[in-house]
Amino acid sequence: MFGKLSLEAIPYHEPIIMVTAAVIGIVGAAVVGLLTYYRKWGYLWSEWITSIDHKKLGIMYFLVALVMLVRGFADAIMMRSQQAIAAGGSEGYLPPEHYDQIFSAHGVIMIFFVAMPMVIGLMNLVVPLQIGARDVAFPFMNNLSFWLFAAGVVLVNVSLVVGEFAKTGWLAYAPLSETAYSPGVGVDYWIWALQISGIGTTLTGINFFVTILKMRTKGMKLFRMPIFTWTALCTNVLIIASFPILTATIALLTLDRYLGMHFFTNDLGGNQMMYVNMIWAWGHPEVYILILPAFGVFSEVIATFSKKRLFGYNTMVWATVAITILSFMVWLHHFFTMGAGANVNAFFGIATMIIAIPTGVKIFNWLFTMYRGRVQFTSPVLWTLGFIITFTLGGMTGVMLAVPGANFVLHNSLFVIAHFHNVIIGGVVFGMMAGYAYWFPKAFGFKLDEKWGKRSFWCWLIGFYMAFMPLYVLSFYGAMRRMQSYENASWQPLMIVAWVGAVIILLGILCTVIQLIVSIRDREKNADVTGDPWDARTLEWAVSSPPPYYNFAHLPEVNSIDQFWEMKKQEGFAAQAPTQYHDVHMPKNTAAGPIMGIISIVFGFALIWHIWWLAALSAAGMFVTFLMRIFNDDIDYHVPAAEVERIEREHHKRLEMQA
Amino acid sequence: MATDTLTNHSAHAPEHEHHDTGAIKVFGFWIYLMSDLIIFGSLFAAYAVLSPNTAGGPTPEEIFELPFVLVETFLLLFSSFTYGMAVLAMNDDRTEQVRNWLVITFLLGAGFVGMEIYEFHNLVVEGFGPDRSAFLSSFFTLVGTHGTHVTFGLIWILVMIFQVSTKGLTDVTRPRIMCLSLFWHFLDIVWICVFTIVYLMGVL
Repeated sequence: MFGKLSLEAIPYHEPIIMVTAAVIGIVGAAVVGLLTYYRKWGYLWSEWITSIDHKKLGIMYFLVALVMLVRGFADAIMMRSQQAIAAGGSEGYLPPEHYDQIFSAHGVIMIFFVAMPMVIGLMNLVVPLQIGARDVAFPFMNNLSFWLFAAGVVLVNVSLVVGEFAKTGWLAYAPLSETAYSPGVGVDYWIWALQISGIGTTLTGINFFVTILKMRTKGMKLFRMPIFTWTALCTNVLIIASFPILTATIALLTLDRYLGMHFFTNDLGGNQMMYVNMIWAWGHPEVYILILPAFGVFSEVIATFSKKRLFGYNTMVWATVAITILSFMVWLHHFFTMGAGANVNAFFGIATMIIAIPTGVKIFNWLFTMYRGRVQFTSPVLWTLGFIITFTLGGMTGVMLAVPGANFVLHNSLFVIAHFHNVIIGGVVFGMMAGYAYWFPKAFGFKLDEKWGKRSFWCWLIGFYMAFMPLYVLSFYGAMRRMQSYENASWQPLMIVAWVGAVIILLGILCTVIQLIVSIRDREKNADVTGDPWDARTLEWAVSSPPPYYNFAHLPEVNSIDQFWEMKKQEGFAAQAPTQYHDVHMPKNTAAGPIMGIISIVFGFALIWHIWWLAALSAAGMFVTFLMRIFNDDIDYHVPAAEVERIEREHHKRLEMQA
Repeated sequence: MATDTLTNHSAHAPEHEHHDTGAIKVFGFWIYLMSDLIIFGSLFAAYAVLSPNTAGGPTPEEIFELPFVLVETFLLLFSSFTYGMAVLAMNDDRTEQVRNWLVITFLLGAGFVGMEIYEFHNLVVEGFGPDRSAFLSSFFTLVGTHGTHVTFGLIWILVMIFQVSTKGLTDVTRPRIMCLSLFWHFLDIVWICVFTIVYLMGVL
């Protein structure tokens, strides 16, 4: 009846997990209780859960990402604590089977459920506004993408309490991830969480690719698009081209595990090297999916706060495009040691080093944008400066790893860990935090508290260097990644330094939480009345903060890069208020997305535990829900001109009071 | 398309809104097909790597029956032709004809899927199931994924037969027939690659 599922699947004997589960349970019950007490369920359902508004979806992506950042960081500090203790014969406090789950979950959560939703969340919030559109190309699909992603999040978190998570590392290399070596449900949780959320990501990629190509406002040629939109376009190309490879790879592993096939097994002709090739053919573009939008954020931030046009717009675009193409030609550098041969390794080593060239172009563009600009040292700018230094360092260690000869020594050592945290924290996290501070007022109508934002930045920056520089050093003494314990006690002091670094990063996360609370408290004081709090350059700042749900009462016309900046320079810009309004055609909210998301959780859970009847039932449920959506023609409506006028007049009244 | 601007007050042309219009749907569907093609590309790559790994089991030339597969192939190719006729009929606004061609396409597609199931069933009964060797795993997965796509296409054709009968040819159903057309021809092209790389190159 319940497949492999029984009460024994719940790890009662693990106090850490049980306490965590209890805390999650209490917090969850409190949230449910408050929602019920304040009668907010209806509001939540009609304004958020069923919303097809790209801005609200963007906010929800980012919110989930911040929550999951805490979960992923909890894993991180547990690992650092373990390694700070488990030296010279000590076993520490985490047994190997638990430690292995933690480093696997940490990687999976940070990449798929923190970095990806932050990137996609910012894209959702910003891209349609930047291109002067009222929504994305496929609003229902956008909602569905979010709920499929959320289903993946739920499955990963369920694995904490029911059963186990993969012990295989975040990419579940075969044959370790095959049934012969991982008979439990851990890998199955990994499979279905990633498969379901990955399909959501592919749909997002298609959606935004079409949005950017087909829904730009009048006059916005490709080479007038803001750089963030350009990087989003390239990221979506990467998603469309690489996520299907992940889908296929996971599907093949699934067939091995569920139907006894032999794609990656040790026996009957399976080929494990094919798994490594396939997973990295997706995995390497994936890192550029994450970093390109961060580059876009820095480009917007640095131009805005230097009060200058971005230096080298065209080279910035071409550098982004070059990185997009090159990112598909370097995947083999993740496994130089596999034995592909000297010539193959040389090709991929050189291709990898070539990526440093367009990246270097970008770094110089940002530097020259600041040069002779009036740089305002706001928190987004601090994140950007921290990024430029940290990412350059990380890039250089990347070039070192790209040398096949050096790579044979450094492979699987802490050097690799230090390198990719160097570029992911220094690049993606700093970029997303800069974007968070930069666009928060656009999303909510008030600015974030600067004092706590800067504290967060300094904690992250100092914490990062303390946590990861020791790992570079340790790698030269032979310290490997994924060590549950180690014999050489002389490594311990540096491990403790790294632990202190992690604690400082924890303070940074706390500062972000405090910043949010303080900012909500002081929202009147920090209100953004004009919609343009930073005196910025691109179209998203031309509308009120938060923007009306239809974004633009009149679609803007674009004549140049930095269109909004040009508009502001025109005489009497602020006094202008349109005299006439028209009906606006908008899509309706839909329950189909969240319902399919919820059913897909059941579907994934049923397959993980081999509850076949439930899997069949939920698959049928998804199909029927989708059919009902297909047969529903009542999916859009017109906002009457009078309503548009009312909303716009209110904004203009506030603008005049401000003036 | 008429749009007015933030700075231009006097313009009063109605705003042309453009999400979910037919052309954008068809373009989006093209992009989806490209991503689906990459899934097939991955499966072809897996087949290319694993097809020599028969692990003591049957080799391609021992189990493939070209005449059988040729009939299968012609069923699918012919169904592409009949779908093309349906689209031509749609362009001439002949609802009845559209429906009839869709029904014929469905029957041909169902024949294809039926033959594939028969082939798979025979192989499994003989002990040559997908768990026998890496070659058979990749064969069943590649061909089966195509067959699953065709099956979804069949369900979609049924939906469209129903919608064309009840709603007629509207702004909603027309882009769907176009997308399904793309999907159906796309599966045809993939099948030609399957026929060539898996069956012909396996036997010859």
